[in-house]
Order: sequence, then C-alpha cells, then structure tokens
Amino acid sequence: MNILEHVGIENYLTLSALLFCIGAFGLLYRRNAIIMFMSIEIMLNAVNLLLVAFSSYHEDPSGQVFVFFTMAVAAAEVAVGLAILVSVFRNIGNIDIDNLKNLKG
Amino acid sequence: MNTTILLLLFAPLAGFLITLFFGKKLGKTVSGAIGTAAVAISFLCTLSLFSQINAGETIATFKLADWFSIGNIKINFSFLFDQLSVLWLLFVTGIGSLIHLYSISYMHEDENMHKFFSYLNLFVFFMIALVAGSNLLIMFIGWEGVGLCSYLLIGFWYKNQDYNDAAKKAFIMNRIGDLGFLIGIFILGFHFQTLEFLEIKALLGKDLITPSLLSIAALCLFIGACGKSAQLPLATWLPDAMAGPTPVSALIHAATMVTAGIFMITRMNFLFDLTPEIQNVIAIVGAITAIVAASIGLVQNDIKKVLAYSTVSQLGLMFLALGLGAYEVAVFHVITHAFFKACLFLGSGSVIHALHGEQDMRNMGGLRKVMPITFWTMMISTLAISGIFPFSGFWSKDEILMTAFHANIPLWVIGSIASIMTAFYMFRLMYLTFFNDFRGTEEQKHHLHESPALITIPLVILAALAAIGGAISLPGNSWLNHYLAPLFKKHEAHHLDGQAYMLMAIATVGALVGIGIAYAKYLKKKEIPVADSEVQGLHKVLSDKYYLDEIYMATIVKPIYMISNFAKKYVEKFISKAVIGLGGATYALSIKGKKIQNGNIGVYLFAFIFGMVGFLVYVFVIRVK
Amino acid sequence: MDISIVLIVLLVGALVTYLSGNKFASKTALISSIAAFGATIISLNAFQNGEDLDVNLPWISQLNINFALHVDGLSLVMLVLTTGLLPLIILSGFITKFENSKSIYALMLFMGFAMAGTFLASDGFLYYIFWEIALIPIYFIALNWGNGDVEERKKAILKFFIYTFAGSLFMLLAFIYLYTKGGSFDITKLYALQLTTTEKTYLFIAFFLAYAIKIPLIPFHTWQANTYSKAPAVGTMLLSGIMLKMGLYSVLRWQLPLTDEVAKAHVPYIVGISIAGVIYGAIVTLKQKNLKKFLAYSSLSHVGLIAAGLYSLTFEGFQGAVLQMLSHGIVIVGLFYVVELIYSRYNTYEIKEMGGIRIQDTYFASLFMIIMLASVALPTTFNFIGEFNLLYSLFKVNIWYAVLAGTTIILGAFYMLRMFQKVMLGGETKSFKKISKQESIVLIIVVGLTIFFGLFPQPIIDLITPSLQSILTQIK
Repeated sequence: MNILEHVGIENYLTLSALLFCIGAFGLLYRRNAIIMFMSIEIMLNAVNLLLVAFSSYHEDPSGQVFVFFTMAVAAAEVAVGLAILVSVFRNIGNIDIDNLKNLKG
Repeated sequence: MNTTILLLLFAPLAGFLITLFFGKKLGKTVSGAIGTAAVAISFLCTLSLFSQINAGETIATFKLADWFSIGNIKINFSFLFDQLSVLWLLFVTGIGSLIHLYSISYMHEDENMHKFFSYLNLFVFFMIALVAGSNLLIMFIGWEGVGLCSYLLIGFWYKNQDYNDAAKKAFIMNRIGDLGFLIGIFILGFHFQTLEFLEIKALLGKDLITPSLLSIAALCLFIGACGKSAQLPLATWLPDAMAGPTPVSALIHAATMVTAGIFMITRMNFLFDLTPEIQNVIAIVGAITAIVAASIGLVQNDIKKVLAYSTVSQLGLMFLALGLGAYEVAVFHVITHAFFKACLFLGSGSVIHALHGEQDMRNMGGLRKVMPITFWTMMISTLAISGIFPFSGFWSKDEILMTAFHANIPLWVIGSIASIMTAFYMFRLMYLTFFNDFRGTEEQKHHLHESPALITIPLVILAALAAIGGAISLPGNSWLNHYLAPLFKKHEAHHLDGQAYMLMAIATVGALVGIGIAYAKYLKKKEIPVADSEVQGLHKVLSDKYYLDEIYMATIVKPIYMISNFAKKYVEKFISKAVIGLGGATYALSIKGKKIQNGNIGVYLFAFIFGMVGFLVYVFVIRVK
Repeated sequence: MDISIVLIVLLVGALVTYLSGNKFASKTALISSIAAFGATIISLNAFQNGEDLDVNLPWISQLNINFALHVDGLSLVMLVLTTGLLPLIILSGFITKFENSKSIYALMLFMGFAMAGTFLASDGFLYYIFWEIALIPIYFIALNWGNGDVEERKKAILKFFIYTFAGSLFMLLAFIYLYTKGGSFDITKLYALQLTTTEKTYLFIAFFLAYAIKIPLIPFHTWQANTYSKAPAVGTMLLSGIMLKMGLYSVLRWQLPLTDEVAKAHVPYIVGISIAGVIYGAIVTLKQKNLKKFLAYSSLSHVGLIAAGLYSLTFEGFQGAVLQMLSHGIVIVGLFYVVELIYSRYNTYEIKEMGGIRIQDTYFASLFMIIMLASVALPTTFNFIGEFNLLYSLFKVNIWYAVLAGTTIILGAFYMLRMFQKVMLGGETKSFKKISKQESIVLIIVVGLTIFFGLFPQPIIDLITPSLQSILTQIK
C-alpha cells in the first residue's frame, strides 16, 4: 500500500519546506550553539524527508540509501560538533556564538 | 694605381694611430713630423692620381671591402676617384700638409701636441673618405667623422668649459643637418635600391621616383649641407668654433670641412639639376647667409671672428652659385677661398702667436713693421678675398656675380653688397691689426716678433696660391671648366662681352668703395672700435649677431630643458604614481574587504543562507523566465 | 652534440662557483662564463657547418610538454650576446668587493643560464619557465648587493619584481589559451594554429603587456630607472645588457608570428608608442642628475627605437633591431662599467660632483669617449649599423616616423655630450686615481667589439637573415 496515494506528494513537499525554513530560521535567530545544531539537524531531516518521499514516489530505493548515508554522517558530525562545543564551553564558559570571533579578519 | 689609392687613404689613418699611441714617447717634434708626413704622402698620391686623370685616363672606382647589406641594398667600402674628388683631395691634402707643417711650430708649446696631430690626421682621413667615397654612406662616414674631429679639435683645450660648449654646439648643430642628410639617403636608397653615386645618376632618368619626393630628397640633402657648411639657419656654430687652435680654424673651419656641403651638392649635381625649386632655395639661402654673415662681420673685433663670419659669408656665395647651377664656379671659389682663407687664418694665427694669445683687434695695431712676412701674405690674401684684380678671388667671385647677374638681378645685388662689405671688413681688419701704433701692453710690445720659418713658409706658399690661383679658371679660357666638364650637364658659357667687362668693373669699383671707407675710418681717422658695453643701435644688433643665438636659446634649447624638467618632475611622477596606485588600490581594497570577515558566525550564516536563496531564485525563477 | 651543452656549462658553472667559496668565486665564475662562451662559439661553428643542434626531450609527457630547444641564427646570436657579455659583466664585478661573493657570482651565472634558456626554448611552457626564473637571481642580486638606503631599495626592487611578474602572467594566460587551442606548447604547432582576429587581438595585448614592461616601453618604464640606480653595477648590466633583450627577442619570436594580422593592423599605434618613448626617454635623460638614472633613461630611448623597428614589421627593422640589441648590449655594459669605475673613485653617482677627469686620466677619457660616441651611433661603430637599419625601416613605414625617431641622433648627441662635458671635461676638481691596466680590459674589449662589428657587421647579418626571413613570411 502506498501512503502517497492517500496523502499526496505535494504535502510532503510543503512539510519539508516548512521544516527546512524552521531550521534555517532557528539557525539565524538563535545564538546558542546547541540550538543551532538542532536547527541544522531539522534542516537535514527536512531534506531526508524529501529524499524518502521522492524515493517512494519514483519507486527508486536509491533515495532511501542516501538517507541512511546522511543520517550516518550527521550522527558523526554531531559527535564531533558536540565535542567541539564541549571544549568551547570548557574554555570560555558558555556556548554563545557571539563570543566566538577569533576568525575576525 | 691600387697601391697609390691605399696609401692615399690610409697614410693619415696610420699617422693618427701612431701619433695617438706613441706620440708621447716619440716627442713633440717627431710626432709632428709623422703627422705632417702622413698627410704629405696622401698629397703626393693625390698628385699622381691627378696627373693620370688630367691626362685623360679613365676614372677609377676602388672597392676596398664589403660593409653591410640592408634589404637588397649592398653597401661597400668603395671609393670613386674622378675629376671632382681628385681635385678636391688635391687641395684638402695640399693645404692640409701646409697647415700640419705650420702646426709643428704653432702648437709647440702645447703639452698635448701629439694629440693635436693625431686628431688632425684623423680629420684628414675622414675628409678623404668624405670626398672619395663612392656612395652616400661612405660619404656619411666621412661627414660624421669630420664632425667628430671638429668636436675634438674645437674642444682641444678642454679645461675651458666655454670651449667645450662651442665644441658641443658645433657637433649638435651638425647633427641636425646630419639627420636631414640621413633622411635624404633613405629616400634615395629606398627608391633606387642603391647608394652609389654613379648608379643613382644612371637610374635618375628611369622614373623610379616622383618629382616631389625627389625634391624632398634634395631638400634633405641640402639641410645636411647647411649644417656642415654653416648656412642659415644652422650657421651659428661656426663663429663659436673659433675656440679651437688657429690651425684648426684654418684647415677645418675655413678651407676644407665647411666646404663639404658644397662638395656634396656638387657631387649630387645630377639630382639638384632635376629639382629647380630646391635650387632656388639653395640660391636664396646662400644669398641671405652671405649678406647676413657679412653684415655681422662688419663690427666684430675678434680677429678670428671676423674671419669666421667672412667664411660663412663666402660659403653663402658658393651656395648662391650652386643654386644657380654653376657648379664649376662654386668649385672654383671653393679652391681660391681655400687658398686665401687658409692664409688669412694662418696669418691671424701668426699674429696671435706673436701677441701671446691676444685676439682682440682693439689691442693690436702697427704690426706691419715687426711682422713683414705675415703682413704681406695677409695683404695679398685680403686683396684676393676683396676681389681686386688680378688676385684669385677676383676671378672666382666675379664669376659668381656674373652668373647671378644673368640669372636673377636681386641675387646679384645681394651678392655684390656682400662683396663690398667683405672688402670693408677685411681692410678694417688689416688696418686695425697692422697699421698705426701698437695698442697692446708694454710687455706684449717687448716680445713682438716675426714668426719662425715653419709658420711663414706655409703663409708664403698660400699667399702665392691666393695671388695666382685664379689662373685655373680665367674667363673665356677656363682649364677648370674643361676639366670638370664631364661631370656636369652642359650649359653655355658666358661670353666675354662688353657686359662682362662692365660687371667686372662694377665689382672692382664696389670693392674699392669698401676699401675706401675702411681706409677713411681706420687709417685716416685712426678710429678704434668702441668697447662692447658702449655699442648701441644697429651696431649692437650686428655685434650681437642679430640675436640668433639668443633666439635659438629661447625657442629651442630652453623649451627642451623645460619639457625635460616638466617630464622629470611631473610626468614621471604621474606615471609612477599610477603604477604604484594600482598596487595601492589592491591594498586599500584588502583593508576594506577584511571588515566583512568580522568573525560573527551569525552574519556568516545569514550571508550564506541569503546568498543561497538568492542563487536559487536566480537559477529557478529569473533564469527560467 | 647539441646546444644544451651551453646551458649545462652555465648551470654547472653556477654550482661550482657556489661551492668554490668566496675566495675563488670570482675567478671560477669568470672561467665558467668563458667556457660557456667557448661552448657557444663551438655550437655556432657547428651550426654553420649545418649540424643539427636542436634538443627535444619529453618532459611532462601527459601534458605534451617537452624540453625543446631550437637553434637558428636569431637564437644563436642572442646566445652569443648572453654568453659573450657574461664574462665581461663578471670581469667588471672585479672592481667591487662583494660580501658573500660566491652567492652573487653563482647567481649571475644562474641568471645567464635562465636567459640563455629563454633565447633557446622552443616550447612555450619551457620558455615561460626560463623567462620567469631569470627574474629570481636578479631579484636577489639587486636586493642583497644593491646600493643606497635599504628600505628604498627593497621598495624599488619589489616594484620591479611585481611589475614584471604581473606582466608575465598575462603572457602565461596567453600560453594557456594557446595550449587549450592547440594541445601543445610547441612553437611550430602554435605558429600553425588558425586563430580568429579577436583571439589574436587578445593574445597580442597579453603578449604586449608582458613585453612592454620587460623592454620597457613607455608608459610601462617606471620600474627601470629606480631599479637601475639601486641595483649593483653587475645587476644593472645584466638587466640592461641582456634581460631587456629577452623582451625584444620574444616580440620577434613569439608575439609577432602568433598574432600576425593584428600586429600588422596595429603598426601605427605601437610604432607610435615606441617612437614617443624614444623622444620622451631622450628628453627626460637630459636633466637626470644621477649617472645611473641617466643611463637608464638613455637606454629607454634606445630600446624604444629597437621596439619601433620590430613593430614596423619590415625586414630592415628586424635586422636593425637584432643588430642594435647586440650593439646596445655591448655599449651599455661599457657605459655602466665606466660609471662604476667613477663610483669606485668618487663614491657617488651624482653628475654634479664629477668633473675634470679627462685632464687626470686621458686614457680612461678616450675609452669612455669612444663608447659614448658609439652610443650616439657615430658611423663605423656597431650602433650606427643598427640605428641606420632601424631608421630606414621606419622610413619605409612612414617618412615622419623616421624624422621623429631620427631626432634621437640629435638629442642623443645632446645629452651624451652634455654629460661627458660635465663628468669628464673642465679643470681638475677632485683627484681621480688613474685606471689600471686590469680595470681597462673591459673597456678595451667593448671598444674593440664596437668598432670591429661596426666595420664588419655582414657575418652577423648573414647569420640572422634566414631566421628573420622565415619569421617575416610567417607574419605575411
């Protein structure tokens, strides 16, 4: 049974776009590194959702394979990213990105 | 014949090298003797060539070596010995030997005497190349070479920066003419694909070149001649050139080098015959130069300056003759002029020698008794230059004036006035120098003496030639015209009719008037020219040479300096700033640009997302439309 | 045997010089350079006997780049100039005591190697590499052994480096473009490319920027005077005697044949710029107070004339340009040596602090005068032959070009005689130690060469004529 017959691909698209925008907005609006991280994850998952939806739509499993890759990489990335954040927190006492300006030209 | 030619060409060069490298070791007298001998050898060789050619043997072209090729034009070191060049060489080397002889005594006090002789020898060598060269480029070698020697010899006493200025001026003014000469060579070379005189002459009839271009070529050559022969507007270097030792003035700046322009035009007569408008230019320039220089000569007080302006003026007369197509007449006057002007210069040198360097005629006078040989030889030459019968100048000048009379009356009038002026200032020179009482210091008076034999012998020989030199071209029965006839287009000779005699009479009367005025002023009234500061009016204009030097200074030299300063101070700075500016702009951009990198991740993200959105909008919305 | 022997000798010479230590460096360098010159002469001889001296070794075969050297009359003449001047330049270094002399002499030889390579390379990539590495040694020579204030010197040399380097990058772009078109850097393949006029225009501009800066033509010349005055004499000689000719040579070898019709269309402008440079250079020279800058600007004027002859696209212009490159190279080395001799006595380059030298050392004065007269192109000197050819070629394009460029013979005489008068003539002012026999060797060689080739230039003309003809047919 294909759920797409009931719900319709365009709804998935809308949801994915909404999720992505929520993620992007959160990324821009928030200053807390962990929240930003979560926003990025939301964006990633928006894309994942899209991939899965299209995979189903086209009846082509490769899209779902990509999703697994993405999730794996994202997990690894989170591990590294959180490690960095922990070390940042140890060094400067908070994880507000406004305090991270060492790259200033 | 080849050995003779080689010897003729290279004896002076050998003399130059020997005196240059070994002169100091050989001592003054020996190097003087070597220098003189070198030129004398050339003279003897020329004499032998001359006798062959005069006897009707064919003219000789002598190829020494290849030089270089440019496109299809091959240029060789080759020499042409025909009537004209041999005749010219005859008096160049002849008078050259006499002046070398004279210099042995004249320059004996100078520590660099061997250098002097080596330069003189080098000059003779280049002069021979100039005269004997069979193509325009060999002539050009000589042309520039004599210019170089002139530079070296004018600035011979190089401790004095004024003399160096004079030398520099001579060289640069000559170079202006040389540029003209070079352009003329280019035009001829490009259209005829050869620079050989004889080949150009043969090709001229073949319509290889448009008449207007031919005229431009002729004009360019004439500009070259103007530079070398000190014609207006390039005349002002010659009087300054008197800074050199007097033998130099006699040899280079009176008898030989300055006549190179006349030689060149005579050599290229076939070309100038085809461009009557340029001939007119030549005649007019010659006439104007003759009268302008003569008028300046009226008021000069430096004995050598008088002679210098007289030379310019006489050269003007020769150009007048050239412009009228009377090449043999110009050649005739060149020869007689070489005799009497060399004699006059050497005589003035003798006077200067006796007075230990005094050149101002206001401080001379009464030298007739002390220096009889100098006086009499100079007197003969003065009579010759003034055109008194039967001295040589009479015949040659008379022929020029006669030609002018037949061609163009105004030119004849100008020429005649210039001749009257010549008679006046030459006798003014004689009266101020040799008559009345001595006006110099007591010490000078004490040392007054006649010059030694080495000085007087050349004087006597030259004076004799100045007296009888006219015999080579007597009206009606001219050996010279006959000798040179193969070179020139045939034109009818003037008949010795009543008109001719009348013209001679007018010329003689004119000369006598000039002499008479000089006599009345300087011998009768014993006038002495006033000091320079008291000169005024027209007299001042004349004695300041019509302000020609000042005009050139203000209109040419000063502006060049100004442009140079301007370019150096502003243009260079500007370009430099512009280049540095490019680097500076990059640097400034970097300073501004680095502010974008403010380290705020939020800003980066903002830029990133909106950049991405912008890009997507562009790709999917704007471009799709 | 092939021509790479010359390059090898120079490179090995540089290495040996460096290893020989400060004490023997100068002599080792001299011997190496003479050996290189000897190798060149042997090659020249072999070439005239019809031997093939070309080298073609695969280098980066994936990209179809070869180590290819091609020998013809033109490149041989330039090679002779390079290896011939090198011993003279090294010899003229003998009057100066250099610190760390093994480095400077090794650098000089290395530069000779790079320049020789530039003249020989027939692969665009190789050529470009040689062209650029020639810049490295002169940068260090000028920076480390130069004179004047260190900061100012750094600035001047940096400007020189970046300026010429920036120009070269345009040339690199041109080569890359040509490579994408033809798939090879080989000069004959590049010659054979069919390019559109637009492409050629861009190529022409790119090459022109590189060469105009190197030569230099106005208004790209501002690096020159400063660099000349800051660099040590040997560096200046290398720059003006040989390196400038790299630009001129490249115009002939690369720019003109590759951009034929565009070059033809631009004759009036480029010749115009060059002639403007001739006059401008001469006028600016007049008022220079520093002797080295004086020579720099006079060189600008002379080189402008050479460039004008090249861009006139006539055979006479090419011939004159090559001859004038040689004669200018010889004479400018002589002139800078003279300046250095004076500097070694007076410790200044300011003209106004000189004077009255002739009276103290007539021998030196005579040699200087001959070199000076050669530089104003007096007939029977080598420069006259070149200048005559050049002016004639300009005349063929347009008579007014010849007249305008011909002012150089007037202005040239003007500034040279003026300088000579100020520096050499007049009464004694400062005492001047007479130059020794050893010091005069360079001058005598320069004088001898100038007069010898002034009288017998034909062998050189015969040598270069075939290659110039083939370049000309390539353009036509």
